[in-house]
Amino acid sequence: MHRLGDVPEGDTARCGRCGGVLRRHPRNGLERTLALAMAAAVLFVVANSFPFLAFEMKGRVTETTLVSGAVDLYQQDKPELAVLVLLTIVLAPLCQIALLLYVLVPLRWNKVPWQLPDAFRLLRHVQPWSMMEVFMIGILVALVKLMGMANIVPGLALWSFVLLMLVLTGAIACFEPEAVWERLEKRS
Amino acid sequence: MGAAGEALVSAAAATAFAAGCATCHDCGLLGRLPAHGAHGARCARCGAALHVRKPRSIERTWALVIAATLCYVPANVLPVMTVTSLGQVQSDTIMSGVIYFLTHGMWPLAVIVFTASIFVPVLKLVMLSFLLISVQRGSNWRPAERTRMYRITETIGRWSMVDIFAISILVALVRLGNLATIEAGIGAVFFGAVVVSTMLAAEAFDPRLIWDRCETRNS
Repeated sequence: MHRLGDVPEGDTARCGRCGGVLRRHPRNGLERTLALAMAAAVLFVVANSFPFLAFEMKGRVTETTLVSGAVDLYQQDKPELAVLVLLTIVLAPLCQIALLLYVLVPLRWNKVPWQLPDAFRLLRHVQPWSMMEVFMIGILVALVKLMGMANIVPGLALWSFVLLMLVLTGAIACFEPEAVWERLEKRS
Repeated sequence: MGAAGEALVSAAAATAFAAGCATCHDCGLLGRLPAHGAHGARCARCGAALHVRKPRSIERTWALVIAATLCYVPANVLPVMTVTSLGQVQSDTIMSGVIYFLTHGMWPLAVIVFTASIFVPVLKLVMLSFLLISVQRGSNWRPAERTRMYRITETIGRWSMVDIFAISILVALVRLGNLATIEAGIGAVFFGAVVVSTMLAAEAFDPRLIWDRCETRNS
């Protein structure tokens, strides 16, 4: 059990026994998270509405979007894999963005979001399943396999997906639920 | 955040458990447990059920580790992907994918795929089993190192998804009718099951169990 004083801005408090992080205090954490989450929402829409990769072989072109992988796996009688891919690259990031905005936008106008604890709980449980950075390596492996076999054209959605990954990682890194609790305690 | 800027909080002698308190698993608030026992206590701030430790952590982790080990065999033996090109059918397992990269001189990719798909799942299963056995035997051997080992299992698990993602991209891109098509194989389903169950196993394990046994031994 630790007695925590105020953690200075930019510092991290660690457990004296195992070195695990107890509390972080990023500078302007909540404002930064809100800004990055809003950017992420825009990038998410772009990443899901434009072509992701195009494949050209002997004059025939296949164009894919971010969700086509999941759709094709479903059509090949692999619904478990389709769900897993859809969850880890589309649904989990969407859930993260939506929950961050749901918590932070009302807080900006000094309102308490409805069912705030449940929103935090969901956010914490969704986090490990958001795997955009792993997907990037998956793209690399797939592209190297096809190299020489055909022409591959990256689409607009691929670039916004890369940006989305960076922005969302930043938003999550700046977010500290404890800061929200503190703000609510000050308010009441 | 540099190492210099990190405030190390002085270690307090008493644990929350010894003081009749428990930390909320969801919001981190410290709450006092009722004297008649921990059953049915709730967090004052967020309303989650209060537990001193994650409930039935060892049993649940063992169940998931065993399930993952059972799925690991078909995941490596059965084909993860079938390529049909101009009437020729070729099935690939995870290992044959690694060998393909090696024989084509792309050894960095061979290393990535081997690490993510073969080495990481085995490492995770071995480390989790070791942690479970050491906790069950009440070992007080190097708790800080064992805690670090737990953190590693927590972080590396997700990287095993690389192969599944690569397959999902190949399946979507290469669908040229008679010319060439790629289909996902049943091995990939088992492999997905391995990744999901090892991730759930890491989540089910409570690293504080490592320290509990050390404290009962010392006192």
